[in-house]
Amino acid sequence: MIQNIIINGLINGSIYALLAIGFSLIFGVARIVNIAHTAFYMLAAYFIYVGFHYLGMSPYISMPLSVLAVGLLSIICYKIFIQPIREHEAAVLIATIALAMVIQEALLIAFGGHYLGVPPLVSGYATIAGVKVTYQHFLALSVAVLALFGVWILLMKTKLGLALRSTAQDREVANLMGMNEARVAMVTMGISVMMAGIAGAVVVPLYVLDPHMWMHPLIMMLAIVVLGGLGSIKGSFVGAYIMAFAEVLVVFLIPMGAFLKGSVALSIMILVLLIRPEGLFGVAFEEER
Amino acid sequence: MKKSIFGWSVLMAVCFVMTIGSLAWGADDIKIGVIGPMQFTQGEGHWNGATLAAEEINKKGGIQVGNTWLPIKLVKVDSNEFLSVPDATNAMELAISRHKVNFLIGGFRTEAVLVMQDIAMDNKKIFIGCGAAHPKLCSRVKENYDRYKYWFRVTPINSRYLVKVDFILLGMVAKIMAMELKIPKIKVAIVAEKAVWCDPIVGIAQKNLPKMGMEVVGVWRPSPVATDVTAELSAIQSSGAHIIFTSFSSSVGITFAKQWGELQVPAAAVGINVEAQKDGFWAATGGKGNYTLTINTYARVRITDVTIAFFDKYSKRFKGAPNYTAGTYEAVYVLADAIEKADSLDPDKIVKAMEKTKRLGTAGTLVFDKTHDVTWGPGFVTAVGTQWQNGANKCVWPLNWQNITYEGAVPYVIPPWVVAHYKK
Repeated sequence: MIQNIIINGLINGSIYALLAIGFSLIFGVARIVNIAHTAFYMLAAYFIYVGFHYLGMSPYISMPLSVLAVGLLSIICYKIFIQPIREHEAAVLIATIALAMVIQEALLIAFGGHYLGVPPLVSGYATIAGVKVTYQHFLALSVAVLALFGVWILLMKTKLGLALRSTAQDREVANLMGMNEARVAMVTMGISVMMAGIAGAVVVPLYVLDPHMWMHPLIMMLAIVVLGGLGSIKGSFVGAYIMAFAEVLVVFLIPMGAFLKGSVALSIMILVLLIRPEGLFGVAFEEER
Repeated sequence: MKKSIFGWSVLMAVCFVMTIGSLAWGADDIKIGVIGPMQFTQGEGHWNGATLAAEEINKKGGIQVGNTWLPIKLVKVDSNEFLSVPDATNAMELAISRHKVNFLIGGFRTEAVLVMQDIAMDNKKIFIGCGAAHPKLCSRVKENYDRYKYWFRVTPINSRYLVKVDFILLGMVAKIMAMELKIPKIKVAIVAEKAVWCDPIVGIAQKNLPKMGMEVVGVWRPSPVATDVTAELSAIQSSGAHIIFTSFSSSVGITFAKQWGELQVPAAAVGINVEAQKDGFWAATGGKGNYTLTINTYARVRITDVTIAFFDKYSKRFKGAPNYTAGTYEAVYVLADAIEKADSLDPDKIVKAMEKTKRLGTAGTLVFDKTHDVTWGPGFVTAVGTQWQNGANKCVWPLNWQNITYEGAVPYVIPPWVVAHYKK
C-alpha cells in the first residue's frame, strides 16, 4: 500500500504543482488572481482532443501546438480583458471569472456535455514493488517533472527569470530600474498559462474531458496556493505534494470515504492556516503592509 | 379626421382577424414539450426519440381527433437539470405558460423531475417521464391519484427493478467465472459513486451477496466526477476481488473503465455504468473499456419485432445507438394512441385511455401498472445487459433467463487478462 501511496501521490502532486506554480507566478509578478487559469488548462486538453479526433494530428504534434495556442490566447485575453483594468485587483478577479465561464460555455456549445477522451500515448503498465503503474502515468510524471525543472531554469538562470523575480519582489523598483513592467506581466501571463497548458496536455490521456473539468483543479490549486503562501513558488510546489498525498492517503486508508479526499485535503489547508495564517512559505501579512 | 378614424378601425380589425386566425391555426396541432438537459446526451436522446416518432406519425397525417387530423409539433425545452434544478422548474413553467404545450415528455434527474412533476400536475398536463428511475415519482400516483394521475413513466424501469436486474447480471457473471475459472467462492468489490441513488444498492449488496454465496471484500465510494481511480483499483486488486460490482452514472464510469482496462485489474466489471451505455464510451476510453458489462435499455437484438428496425433507423439518422432516454419515441406513440382512443384532447379522457395501454414497443411490451409505472418482467419490459466486446456493445442478457433469449444476444465474455490471471 505504501508504494501505491508514494507513486500516486507523486503523479498527482506534480500535476497540481504545474498548475499552482503557474498561478503563483502570475500572482506574484503582476498581482493578477487568474481564476481562468484552470479554464486554459481545460482548453488545452480540448485543443488536443480536436487535433487528434478531427484533424488527425499526432498527439506529439497537437500537444505542443495546443500549449502554444493557449499561451497565445492568454496573451490576447490579457491585452483585451485584463490590462485595461489591471490596477483594480477585484475587477481583474471578476473579469477572469467571467473569462472562465465564457470558455466553459463555449466548450459546452461546441462539444455538448459529452464526456470525451484521448487514448494514451503509450499503452501498458509496469509493476513496481507489486503496484501496477501505467506507462502513461510514468510519462505524465516525467513530463510534469521536466516542465517544473524547465520553469526553475527559466526563473533562476535566465535574464527573463531575473526580470520576473525582481518584478515579483517590487514592481515599482523594477520599473524604476528600466524594466517594462507591463510587458513583463504580459509575458508572465503567457508563461503561466502555458504551464497550465502543459498540465492539460499531461492529463488529457488520463482524465475524462468535459466542460466542467476546470472546477476541481481550480479549487485544489487555490487551496495549494493559499497553503503554500500567496505568490510563493516554493510554497506552491510543497503545497501541491502535501495536498496530493493527503488525497491519496484518504483513498487508501478510508475506501468508503474516498469521495472525501478533496474535503480532507482542504481541511489540512485550514488547519495549517490556523497555525500559520500566511501559509507555509508566505510573507506575514503584517510584514507585507 | 373621419377618414383617419376609419383607417385605424380597418387596421385594428385586420389585426384582430389575423390574431384570431393565428390562434385558430395554433390549435390545429398538438404541441408536445420535450424537456431534458439538451446540451447533454440524455437530452439529445429525449429529443431524437421524440423527433423520430413525431415524423413518422406526421407522415401518416398526424393524430386523428374526431374528423380532424392534427400534426404533432415538438417544442424543445432545455431543463439544464444536470447543472441546476431551479433551471428545470423554470423551463417547465416556460413550456406550459409561454409555449403552451399540450403534453410533456422527458425529464432526467429525479430531484428535478419531482419538482417538474408538481408543476405539470398543477396545470393538469400529462407528463410522461423518460429518464428518472425513482419509485417515488410513481408511488405519488397511488398516494394521491386525483392529483398525480397525469404522470406516467415509460423509461427506464424503476430503480427497484434496476437493482434486481443488476443482481441478476452479477449472479450470471459469478456463475460463469466460478465454472470457467474454477473459483470456489467469488469475492466481490463494491464500487459505487458517492451519490444518493447508490446508497440503497450498496446496502442491499452488502446484505445479499453473502446470501448469494459470495464474499464482499470491500466497498469503495469515489466521487461521481473523480478523474483518477488508480488508487481505488490498486486497493481492489490487493483485496483479491474476482468481480467489481459497479454503480456509476457519471464521468467516473469512463475514468474507472479506462484505468481498469489499462491496468488489467484481474476482476470482471459488472453492474450499472451509464456511460458504458453510450456509443461514445469506446472512444472516450480509447477502447480500454472493453468487456465492461452494464445494464441497458436498448441493444440491437430482437426484444420485440420492432426493436431492430427502430435501432437501425435511429442509429442511421442520429449517428449513434439510442440510449434509454430515447424512450420518448414510445412516449409519443403511447400518447398518440391514447388521444385517438379517447377521441379527445381532454387530459382526463386521455389518462383513462393511457391506463389501458398495451403496446408492442421497442424495449418490450409496454403496459402501465396501477401506479402508472412501466411494468417489468418476462413478457413486458425487462431491460438488457450489454457488454462491450471489441468495439460493439452486445446484448449478453437475457440469454436463457426464464425461457427468454433475445435473438441476437451473445454469451458473456470474461476479460482475457482475468482468465490469464486465474488460469496460470
